[in-house]
Amino acid sequence: MRRLRLFLPLAAFVLLAAVLYRGLSLDPTDLPSALIGRAVPAFELPDLDSGEPITEQDLRGQSALVNVWATWCYSCRVEHPYLLELADAGVPIFGLNYKDESAKAREWLADLGDPYTRTIADKEGALGLDLGVYGAPETYVVGANGTVLYRHVGVVDERVWRDILEPVYQAGSAR
Amino acid sequence: MTPEFGHLALIIAFTLACLLGTVPLWGAWRRDTLAMNLAPSLALGVCVFLAIAFGFLTYAFLQDDFSVKVVASNSNSLLPSVYKFSAVWGNHEGSLLLWVLILSGWMTAVAFFSRGLPLPVLSRVLGVMGLVAVGFIAFSLFTSNPFERLLPGSPVEGNDLNPLLQDPGLIIHPPLLYMGYVGFSVPFAFAIAALLGGRLDAAWARWSRPWTNVAWGFLSLGIMLGSWWAYYELGWGGWWFWDPVENASFMPWLTGTALVHSLAVTEKRGLFRSWTVLLAIAAFSLSLLGTFLVRSGVLTSVHAFASDPERGLFILIFLGVVVGGSLVLYALRAPTVASRVHYGPLSREALLLFNNLVFCVATLTVLLGTLFPLVMDAAGQGKYSVGPPYFNAVFVPLMALLLPFMGIGPLSRWKRDTVARWWQELLLPAVTVVLLAALLPLFGREYNLWIALAVLLAGWVVLSLARDLRNRTAVVRGIRAKLARLSPSYLGMVMGHCGFAAMVLGAVVVTQLSIERDLKMVVGDSQTVSGYRFDFERLDRVDGPNFSADQATFSVWDGDTQIATLTPQKRRYIASNQIMTEAAIDAGLMRDLYVAMGEPVGNDGWAIRLQYKPMIRWIWLGALVIGIGGLVTALDKRYRAQRSAVTANAGVADAAT
Repeated sequence: MRRLRLFLPLAAFVLLAAVLYRGLSLDPTDLPSALIGRAVPAFELPDLDSGEPITEQDLRGQSALVNVWATWCYSCRVEHPYLLELADAGVPIFGLNYKDESAKAREWLADLGDPYTRTIADKEGALGLDLGVYGAPETYVVGANGTVLYRHVGVVDERVWRDILEPVYQAGSAR
Repeated sequence: MTPEFGHLALIIAFTLACLLGTVPLWGAWRRDTLAMNLAPSLALGVCVFLAIAFGFLTYAFLQDDFSVKVVASNSNSLLPSVYKFSAVWGNHEGSLLLWVLILSGWMTAVAFFSRGLPLPVLSRVLGVMGLVAVGFIAFSLFTSNPFERLLPGSPVEGNDLNPLLQDPGLIIHPPLLYMGYVGFSVPFAFAIAALLGGRLDAAWARWSRPWTNVAWGFLSLGIMLGSWWAYYELGWGGWWFWDPVENASFMPWLTGTALVHSLAVTEKRGLFRSWTVLLAIAAFSLSLLGTFLVRSGVLTSVHAFASDPERGLFILIFLGVVVGGSLVLYALRAPTVASRVHYGPLSREALLLFNNLVFCVATLTVLLGTLFPLVMDAAGQGKYSVGPPYFNAVFVPLMALLLPFMGIGPLSRWKRDTVARWWQELLLPAVTVVLLAALLPLFGREYNLWIALAVLLAGWVVLSLARDLRNRTAVVRGIRAKLARLSPSYLGMVMGHCGFAAMVLGAVVVTQLSIERDLKMVVGDSQTVSGYRFDFERLDRVDGPNFSADQATFSVWDGDTQIATLTPQKRRYIASNQIMTEAAIDAGLMRDLYVAMGEPVGNDGWAIRLQYKPMIRWIWLGALVIGIGGLVTALDKRYRAQRSAVTANAGVADAAT
């Protein structure tokens, strides 16, 4: 009996190892979006520059990225140069300026360069709420038919683009 | 060519480690003296070749050899030389090489300092450590080769070291931390050797005790440096974040603390043997688990290494072999016979058991909090994050529970003690400390109950130790003679306990009385925080070797006297374009004044964070004293005399000390 009790630590460890093994195939930064495979929620928000309304219809026609950013977001500054590169390479990126002051946001784009096809000014965070935005930066891949194909939480860099976003993006434009 | 020499040295070290992990163990089994005698030289050989490999990697960093992948990704020609040096371990591959180098250093130290051990024990210990080395060198060689080249097409310039790591604290933090982490492989190896040899006695405890204490001391120092670094480098003025990576180093420390205490019982009284073995296995297993958590990317953390599932799988398999294997061995070989030595419910044994209970529960709560997000995710229950509120809620009461008993412990007797005797010894310290707790906080602005409680508990620990010190030295006169009566292991214990008391006091005061102001300031503005006036005098552009910065100059006034000029910076590192906050701190024993720059606001304005942090230094000074205390215990004469003590059995004889 006493001997059997000594197996308890081993049993506990086996349990722990099983959880850790399962953990290896999970990505802690991968927050699922309830919207994947569904259409981008309907919205009508002003363009950051012109103030003209933008709706979900404007996203259609080609596969595109929707990048959630704000001037208060430090990591957004980090990913900004790479977004400029992507834009230069011809990838359409819609900016979603999330819970931000428009004047500051315009200043930011003037200073650092503007990678966005158009920028949606979501001052109150209404579209962000519908999309289930967790924090900035976040980047959504939207297909040509206007469905949300993928959601990435965190900075977009070359590795993320090449390994994760680009394949989804390519598939989205083929559809 | 030189990186290839390093690679070759690593391969030779791997081969030697393979030999070390097999031949001496076989020799101990077959009683083959020749095979057993090989162990020390093989250990030295592994160490020498790893040092050569490490030397070549360092050379590649210092020479800006950007054809080597890790150099190209983690260094830059503009990087100051000292940071090129520390960049060697500022990345996954290099830090892993440092890990195995330190492991081989510990092996060599065991081989060198334990000549007096019986040959089968020594060869088993070194053999087990050799097996651990095989696993980690294989990890380095097969999944994270530090000598991988970018040929052809090597870049002309490197990506630069992460600016967060360009800091003096980070030069020594990882080596110290690894000294601790890896150092626990020594008591682990002793435990496995004892299980293999079937001899778990007081002599075994005496052999592994100094190694445990030293490893634990280094781990304390490493954790302290990490906390200090986070305080001044991350720019928020916090000193502990319950981040998974911090927890990864904290769990072995908690278990190690339990181990240090239970080894004392096993050595002096021959009790708790199975338990001590289990703790030795657990402490090292948690070190390995920490390595897994940091390098596999299963948890999100502010300072995890770039993660890779393949590497994660490798460590997990290794973890399974080492921990699973040793727990199987434990289950099969640990002694089940109840010890014939008895002890009463009021005795030093019982108090140390309570210590073990508290530290094990603490380890489990930290483990639970750290792994909870992972467990819930694995069970498909969605994403969770466990933050400081949970950890503080469970951890703080546990430590508060510990302190009353910590006061009694050092004065208590083995086997049996009485409340009447404790009462007689501790009445004076108790009365004094209650008075202190009632009066001291009156000197602050308002009476704070938590601080009174901290003074009560910390003072209790220190004053009862003072009482014990007086008892032990009362028979002789003169400070020299008094000191001579105290053994290094006793002094180490005193330092450990006093350091802990200082930490508790510092932590409570800084939590209760910190003042933090986030303000918008322009040049010429003045702000007063806790009686100190901060004048924003100038704003300049300054250029460092690999960054340019906005630098604010503040003069700090206490009444009419200027006490400091503080120059916080907002740096932009050229190679990576990263922006870093460099806080400026006027440090003092009783308070820190802390200025950090936030973002520019409007024209010429800056968001400025001013902080007043009373007694925060006590936390690190306390941890420093704890760590040094751990090192001091190893100087004890009875560990050096182990040559003759080999045959000493169940050391009940010197149970009086």
